[in-house]
Amino acid sequence: MSEARLTPEEIVEVFTREFGDGIREARITERREGSKKIANYNIWIDIDRDLFRPALEKLMEIHFPHLAVVSGSDLGDGLELLYHFTIYYGTRHGEYTVTFTVLLPKDDLRMPTITDLIPGALFTEREKQEMLGIEIVDIPDSRRLFLPEEFPEGVYPWRKDETGVPDHMVKDLWAVGRPANRPARPVVKKEEQGEVQAEGTTEAAVKGKKPSEEEEQRHE
Amino acid sequence: MSDDTKKAVPYTVPIGPTHPALKEPVMFTFQMEGERILKADFAPGQAHRAIEWMGMRRNPVQIVHLTDRICGICGVSHTLSFARAVEQVMEIEVPERADYIRAIIAEFERIQSHILWAGVAAHELGYDTLLHLSWRVREFAMDVLELLTGNRVNYGIIQVGGVRRDITPDQHETIHNCLDYYSDLKAKLLQVFLEDKTIQMRCRDCGVLTHEEALKLCTVGPTARASGVKMDVRVDYPYAAYGDLEISPVLPDAYLGETRGDVYDRIVVRLLEVDQSVDLIRQCLDLIPAGDITWEAKIPKILSAFKKAHGEAIGRHEAPRGEVFHYVRMDGKEHPTTWKVKASSYSNLMSWIPMLEGEQIADIPIVVASIDPCLSCTDRVAIVRDGRRGIMTKEELTRLSVEKTRRLMR
Repeated sequence: MSEARLTPEEIVEVFTREFGDGIREARITERREGSKKIANYNIWIDIDRDLFRPALEKLMEIHFPHLAVVSGSDLGDGLELLYHFTIYYGTRHGEYTVTFTVLLPKDDLRMPTITDLIPGALFTEREKQEMLGIEIVDIPDSRRLFLPEEFPEGVYPWRKDETGVPDHMVKDLWAVGRPANRPARPVVKKEEQGEVQAEGTTEAAVKGKKPSEEEEQRHE
Repeated sequence: MSDDTKKAVPYTVPIGPTHPALKEPVMFTFQMEGERILKADFAPGQAHRAIEWMGMRRNPVQIVHLTDRICGICGVSHTLSFARAVEQVMEIEVPERADYIRAIIAEFERIQSHILWAGVAAHELGYDTLLHLSWRVREFAMDVLELLTGNRVNYGIIQVGGVRRDITPDQHETIHNCLDYYSDLKAKLLQVFLEDKTIQMRCRDCGVLTHEEALKLCTVGPTARASGVKMDVRVDYPYAAYGDLEISPVLPDAYLGETRGDVYDRIVVRLLEVDQSVDLIRQCLDLIPAGDITWEAKIPKILSAFKKAHGEAIGRHEAPRGEVFHYVRMDGKEHPTTWKVKASSYSNLMSWIPMLEGEQIADIPIVVASIDPCLSCTDRVAIVRDGRRGIMTKEELTRLSVEKTRRLMR
């Protein structure tokens, strides 16, 4: 950790000085909310794949970064990976987010792991492998993370091309309606059972899943 | 005993995917030596609902209601983060009054979430009296949330550009009564949780996460703060009304004089944060400006603004469990090109490994619960019968439940 806190502009300068043309774009966005309109700053650095690791090491010299998550976009020709870090957490109103954007061509979807630098990155790297079909080189644990075992190989949910989720895998619950092959509705005689009770049970049967949904929310 | 029937050390103990000791589905595999955990491994995603996938095919007004349902307990946190990200892409200003209402709801949510967790922790320790007492006192916060938003869960209060309901003057009295109630309760809560002999014995130096591990595993929220990491999005990264408020991160050493990063410290942080939230809501009620509560009330106008929005932005919020992070990219279409949701527990699950390894099998429930994991409930069931595996979908479950009810009625 360094002693003096750099301004967002100075941080951008550190990277543009060090990596020059390897940085395609660098910008700072700020957002002011509340009555006092105190700003928070977001730094966005679009960088070559080969320079990403050196850039992360440089960032680690400034302050040990917190890796929030890695997100990814399918832009057609290539995939964009966004490494969202934050630095200077623990200083009042002083935290910046630093996002490194790396563009990967679709014929070479490889990215080096950063788990040797930040072990916690493993979780999000595993997710990128299964959701986007990116190969994280030297990842210490390449198992799937969220997708179930029987999910087909070669289908990547976040992709917008032919490797995305095919239509036949999508279940439109709204289109399913009520089950068609349901058993016949039993005739309840009013004399045998109290009317209120009989209606109550039919109601529960028709709505079926409603109580369990409420239960779900409470347990979350 | 012959050699092939002898159990080799280490032996494997699976816990999950659903298990009485776990509140939500996750699959643990432990390598045990006697009662001691040698190695721990876990597989989340037993109930992945593909909400991001759904969102990328919907417009932000629809997504706002999806985000409410990412987590039932932190219902406003995801909505707030998502709305903030979209508002930045659209370059719109949120009225100041809405910023304050957002903060007030978020802090009430923290109160009920932390007390809910405290009850769960007591339950995992086998102290069910305290579970029931905690959940009873939690009800007041739930009632106020219902008063302010109309719902106990899935509040539906936030809209892109503001909030959907105002806080009216006649509600202030109830809010203040509720805050006074929790202020009065602070000493009692701290006493019953922290001075209890059993809780001390079970939680002190149990499930330790060191400061270094917390940093390297990207831990967030009370779990990180309990390990001495000074980190709180509300303090560090001003947003909504938090930039205007007096607030500093709650760390265990301020109360106990030291930080050990154990389960006990996590209890301390969460209980003290209940009191912090009470203070923050009081500050909000004092400072809340008059004015509009939304940038645009008409939904069609919001929708047409989405189609003009280009760009990417980050929305962050300190949820009860820690940093929630939403990344949104919009390319002039009604639905976002990319939407990434990072829930707080996403960052915290990996800290289970160092916490669990070396602990006793009996401590698994409380250590697992100590990060306040929030996974997801499920709408599908995996069944293994006669050696065959299969997945039951929501439609099949509905059909089966109808059939069963019919059968019972015969």
